[in-house]
Amino acid sequence: MISLAGRDILHSWSKFVLTGIGLGLLIGVTLTMAGVYRGMVDDAKALLNNSGADIWVVQQGTQGPYAESSNLRDDVYRALLTQPGVSRAANVTYLTMQVRVGNTDVRAMVVGFEPGQPGEPGYLVAGRQITRSHYEAVADMKTGFQLGDTLRIRRHDYRVVGLTRRMVSSGGDPMVFIPLKDAQEAQFLKDNDAILNERARTIANPVLNRPGVPGLLDAILASQNANHNVNAVLVQIASNIDPEHVASEIRRWKHLQAFTRAQLEDILVSKLIATSAKQIGMFLVILSIVSAAIVAFIIYTMTLGKIREIAVLKLIGTRNRTIAGMILQQAMGLGVIGFMVGKTAATVWAPFFPKFVLLEQGDTVRGFIVVMFICALASTLAIRVALRVDPATAIGG
Amino acid sequence: MKGFGIHIEGLRKRYGEGNAAVDALKDVNMTVAPGEVVGLIGPSGSGKSTLLKCLGAVIEPTAGRMTLGDEVIFEDGWKIPDLRALRRDRIGFVFQAPYLIPFLDVIDNVALLPMLAGKPNGEARNRANELLEALDVGHRAKAQPSQLSGGEQQRVAIARALANQPPVILADEPTAPLDSERALSVVRILNDMAQQFRTAIIVVTHDEKIIPTFKRVYHIRDGQTHEEKGLGAGKSEF
Repeated sequence: MISLAGRDILHSWSKFVLTGIGLGLLIGVTLTMAGVYRGMVDDAKALLNNSGADIWVVQQGTQGPYAESSNLRDDVYRALLTQPGVSRAANVTYLTMQVRVGNTDVRAMVVGFEPGQPGEPGYLVAGRQITRSHYEAVADMKTGFQLGDTLRIRRHDYRVVGLTRRMVSSGGDPMVFIPLKDAQEAQFLKDNDAILNERARTIANPVLNRPGVPGLLDAILASQNANHNVNAVLVQIASNIDPEHVASEIRRWKHLQAFTRAQLEDILVSKLIATSAKQIGMFLVILSIVSAAIVAFIIYTMTLGKIREIAVLKLIGTRNRTIAGMILQQAMGLGVIGFMVGKTAATVWAPFFPKFVLLEQGDTVRGFIVVMFICALASTLAIRVALRVDPATAIGG
Repeated sequence: MKGFGIHIEGLRKRYGEGNAAVDALKDVNMTVAPGEVVGLIGPSGSGKSTLLKCLGAVIEPTAGRMTLGDEVIFEDGWKIPDLRALRRDRIGFVFQAPYLIPFLDVIDNVALLPMLAGKPNGEARNRANELLEALDVGHRAKAQPSQLSGGEQQRVAIARALANQPPVILADEPTAPLDSERALSVVRILNDMAQQFRTAIIVVTHDEKIIPTFKRVYHIRDGQTHEEKGLGAGKSEF
């Protein structure tokens, strides 16, 4: 038996291909939206993986260094090292800010870390790790920085000595790694005017500046200018130890909040990017409806243009299921063309997106199934019209 | 096929009910023998199309009897359960316009019917080729319908009507869009095909040019048929 749908598509292939391209671009946008969501999830996982930690210790009552702000004293790690099962612990700071290079600035997450400790960038694609105590930086390639570039962070300049990749925040901002002391200063230290202002206020306060207590004022001023805060302590545990057990011990005895990897992943995926995911989900639903409407309209219009032929086909004995199959196959054909165009378009334009777009094989398969389902659904309107055609209309009178 | 090509007795068709009822066909009697071509003429609204639709098993007559070959297909109701198969296998249609399927090439337009009847593609195409050759359009077998002239398209439509070797062909003003020469050519082909394949052919027409070519003509008026013999018998080139 001849494939009526195939012949019709070949006969008017230009119309099909052009329509398929239009539909394909829409499908491409849909696949890209799914890829944006996957990219966000992957960014979150990359953030956790790249930190090299098994447990994140943060300020009590907060949800970690990424979802909420957290302040800890920078000597907490020492107490954590005494905890059974903990093999390494290191301070880190995280600060999302605009990092200037020349006259431009780039939004980045500045990470303060201690070289050789958890939190250090896992691998470099160019240059070297930070070896000096101050004013050196390692940047993710997505910042666009080059080796030797000079960055401005707050009051100091940093030289890029190494480049890394896939080191991003949960929001997709590339990371810039600098020494911990510099990062603490960048995040917690006030500017000179504020320090002078604060000093004047303290001197003017008779409670803090008592004439009969020598050394008190100096001690208070030193305390105000000192900076001993960090955002989190990254903990690595010895092998064969249950992370949840160690985390619960830290929560119980150190009065700190401790998250295992699974718990922090849950916070990142189901809380931090949940709103964005719902936003993308809404877009996906709308795009699916628009795609279905377009396919339905196109197939319906094409069917209306063939009413006489369908009447003749019915008159000469073509079964309803053959005619319905023809329309269904055309809708599916349109879907296949559209999906191929969409997949190609999404693959081509994904690397140009500012944030990571992850096109997963599974999403491609699911997307294809959804497109085919939508096309089948959209063809029902045209099929209803075709099946209602009276074969008698082929005969005049 | 034995006996009649098609035989109709007392066929009636009523549209609507009660006071709104209209008798489109009141008492239609007609016999067309295998190999015979008869004309069916009548003014607009006389019931020609209704009769054609009844004969084509597209609408159901109200009463009467229709025999196709030696089988009664209608007698106060259809006697054939699958009217679609009846139309496909035992009735050929030729329309005023050829109504070829535009996305099938010429040979597949003809081969489609045997294929729908379950014949293998090769066998169906061989049959189509034979018919196209017989109708002198074999050289256009691979052409698209839009590439054919009006006369060629009508010959392909005739080939399609013959594809399943039906005992009867219903032709609805097949020469209407054609000039005199081509119209006469189409009628000549119908006569040849009727003879060659022993098919009974009913040609509904208004075309004055071709009416004299029929040996028998049925005149339908107010839903009743009257046979008019000798309208053109022996006078035409046929």
